[in-house]
Amino acid sequence: MENKRKTELAILANKIRKHALTAVYSAKSGHPGGSLSIADLLALLYFEELRIDPKNPKDPNRDRLVLSKGHTAPALYGALAERGYFPVEDIPTFRKFGSYLQGHPDMKHVPGVDMSTGSLGQGVSAAGGMALAGKLDNKDYRVYTILGDGELEEGQVWEQAMFAAHYKLDNLTAFVDFNGLQIDGDVRQVMNPLPIDKKFEAFGWHVITVSAHDFDELEQAIAEAKATKGKPTAVVMHSVKGKNVSFMENNAAWHGAAPNQEQYEQAIAELDAKIKELEAAI
Amino acid sequence: MAKRATRESYGAALVQYGADENIIVLDADLSKSTKTELFKKAYPERFINMGIAEGNMMSVAAGLAACGKTVFASSFAMFAAGRAFEQIRNSIGYPGLNVKIGATHAGISVGEDGATHQCLEDIALMRSIPNMVVLNPADDIEAMECVRAAIEHDGPVYMRFGRLAVEDVNPADYKFELGKGVTLAEGTDVTLVATGLMVGEALKAREMLSQEGISARVINIHTIKPLDEELIAKAARETGAIVTAEEHYIMGGLGSAVCEAVCKACPVPVKIIGTDRFGQSGKPAELFEEYGLTAANIAVQAKEAIQLK
Repeated sequence: MENKRKTELAILANKIRKHALTAVYSAKSGHPGGSLSIADLLALLYFEELRIDPKNPKDPNRDRLVLSKGHTAPALYGALAERGYFPVEDIPTFRKFGSYLQGHPDMKHVPGVDMSTGSLGQGVSAAGGMALAGKLDNKDYRVYTILGDGELEEGQVWEQAMFAAHYKLDNLTAFVDFNGLQIDGDVRQVMNPLPIDKKFEAFGWHVITVSAHDFDELEQAIAEAKATKGKPTAVVMHSVKGKNVSFMENNAAWHGAAPNQEQYEQAIAELDAKIKELEAAI
Repeated sequence: MAKRATRESYGAALVQYGADENIIVLDADLSKSTKTELFKKAYPERFINMGIAEGNMMSVAAGLAACGKTVFASSFAMFAAGRAFEQIRNSIGYPGLNVKIGATHAGISVGEDGATHQCLEDIALMRSIPNMVVLNPADDIEAMECVRAAIEHDGPVYMRFGRLAVEDVNPADYKFELGKGVTLAEGTDVTLVATGLMVGEALKAREMLSQEGISARVINIHTIKPLDEELIAKAARETGAIVTAEEHYIMGGLGSAVCEAVCKACPVPVKIIGTDRFGQSGKPAELFEEYGLTAANIAVQAKEAIQLK
């Protein structure tokens, strides 16, 4: 990928991070840590990869994205707003009574949300259903889903892993946000899901390991997934929970906590500084 | 009189109404028992075996429905409504997706398999999900009509079918209407409101009561949700006492639904017949006797209900 494009995507990713933090700060609740860790992937998907049209969010031939780790809705809403599905001005209504921006993704009310998720393990299965529908209908759309590493502790993920390989759903790509932290701490301490790559391989998936914050690696992984025939692809992304906000990085305490005003202002200032630096480089 | 298990009717109806290319049938390794194998034979390209993974099946069904498919997801009631409750609630019910859950082997009439397989809670569970339509047909023709109605209805539907062969209770020219109860016999002293297998028993109870000079109305409720509250309220007003009968736990099922309706409109005594504890192994007839799911018990309860007027 050209450096200019990478810089543009990095700016978009940081804007998505700002939206996510604004959403959580305004709501005084929500999940910033895992939202910040997937912002680069969302920027790449929504601004580069997905075959979508914000003016026609229900197009039957569109690519789908199912946020199986639905609690990181703040990042998804940030990406959708930035992409033009709904006004960015609505972000502060997140989780508020009467707002369409529900605490977890709601396909009935939020334009661009392809599946209602929030109960872990279910989104990846729904994504498998969408991929199967594409195969049955001979359509060429692709289905992407994003899983948390803690989410891999849900048995249903492995029911779906078996299913997608069994039915050769090569139009399905699952990203695992491997930031190593879940609510109660280090995933290795809480209930070790490792090795992630070997598990998916054993279930019959093609597996690629990348950095979640490297656009070249992510782009190449998506291209490789598209080129892989006869099996679904899992992209294990090594990520930093709380990415790009100094005091949130690698800290499980920020899994599901809202920043206070001072913390919010500091976080926004840090992201604004990054954006300014990136813009200067273009 | 024809005798066919409603699960057989389910499989036959899937074939009869399944020509629509949009219909997909999922099963969790029980197609020989749920009778979705009939659909599999007719339309193999639209039958998907999900293996023994009911939770995944319900969420996959949701994904298919989100892409415009009309999806039937089948298993035993215990593993559909029971094991996969939360997937049904969050992946199908909450987004209101077009998934039809075909749950067979419901109730105690499963028999020999015993308590682990005798689902007596599914009506309560499914009734508690907003927008879920809950159907429990009494005989072959009604079961076939339930499938047709489920296809026509846009949104989630739970259909409850039995393992045991049942006699027809409805006439051949039967007109099925979703959400409407069926008055099978008029009566003035008490109303017997039954669903599924118990409809036949209610009709027999009516005969017993008439020999004692008691006039019992019989209402067949195939749509437990949305309940035909108007018909129930009318029965309460006109007969002054009600007995409900279902092959289900006494809490949360038809009896509860009827009580809710009666309390709102015209409070009268209601006796609820259903199971009051876990099931056990045995022949269906032995179990019906043990748990009071018989015409004789309906007649006894009817007389008690009349006493309470």
